[in-house]
Amino acid sequence: MSRNPLVREVSPTSWFFRHPRYLRYMSREITSIFVGAYCVLLVVAVQRLAAGREAWEGFLLALQGPASIAFHLLALVAAVYHAATWFNATQKAMPLQIGEEFLPGNVISGAHYVAWAVLSGGVLFLAGVI
Amino acid sequence: MAKSHKPVVWFPFAAGGTVIAFFIPVIVLLTLLAALGHVPPGLGYDSLRAFAGSSLGKPIIFGVVALSLWSSAHRLRCTCYDFGLRADTLVATVLYVAALAGSLLVAVYLLGMPAA
Repeated sequence: MSRNPLVREVSPTSWFFRHPRYLRYMSREITSIFVGAYCVLLVVAVQRLAAGREAWEGFLLALQGPASIAFHLLALVAAVYHAATWFNATQKAMPLQIGEEFLPGNVISGAHYVAWAVLSGGVLFLAGVI
Repeated sequence: MAKSHKPVVWFPFAAGGTVIAFFIPVIVLLTLLAALGHVPPGLGYDSLRAFAGSSLGKPIIFGVVALSLWSSAHRLRCTCYDFGLRADTLVATVLYVAALAGSLLVAVYLLGMPAA
């Protein structure tokens, strides 16, 4: 309890219910759990690949199943949400000044979305999906 | 002059956030296809092993995984704090050590895959 009347006590575990803006912030925070778990899966994947053909093909088989599909769908939503919010923030994080004028923010974010589409398309092409 | 270790944490965090934003969604999509039983040709053993064995593929795989791990560790640290887990030094140590260990393991696995 604070003796200072100007400092209000804020609950450390439920503060984010106080305003929808905080909830949006926390919904983005939660995506880090799924992205982090997926990164661990990537480390396992590299280990299985290094262990040889049988290990890798067993890993691909182990990926199948409803629980894995559900995890992948959650990870995909989390990754896309993280990406979109990250690109939306770029215009605030690195504003670009040309002469006296600032480049409009949506041009900076838009350029990131275009690069994202091109890179994703490139990876899908190299992987033989499209 | 004031010295801070923050740039050491922040640079790989920002780089990792960018790498995750650009590449993780499409990588998740590839393994989702594998989970659905439609393994993309690029995830077949021969093509992926050749990529991991090449001197171009090794730094790409290491860079994507290591930077994503570090960025995720930093974000999870902030998430723990925001959900009320205030033992920040402990949380930060566990998560950063885990990210470093994962990166080291990936480096070892990659070095164990010479060009076929």
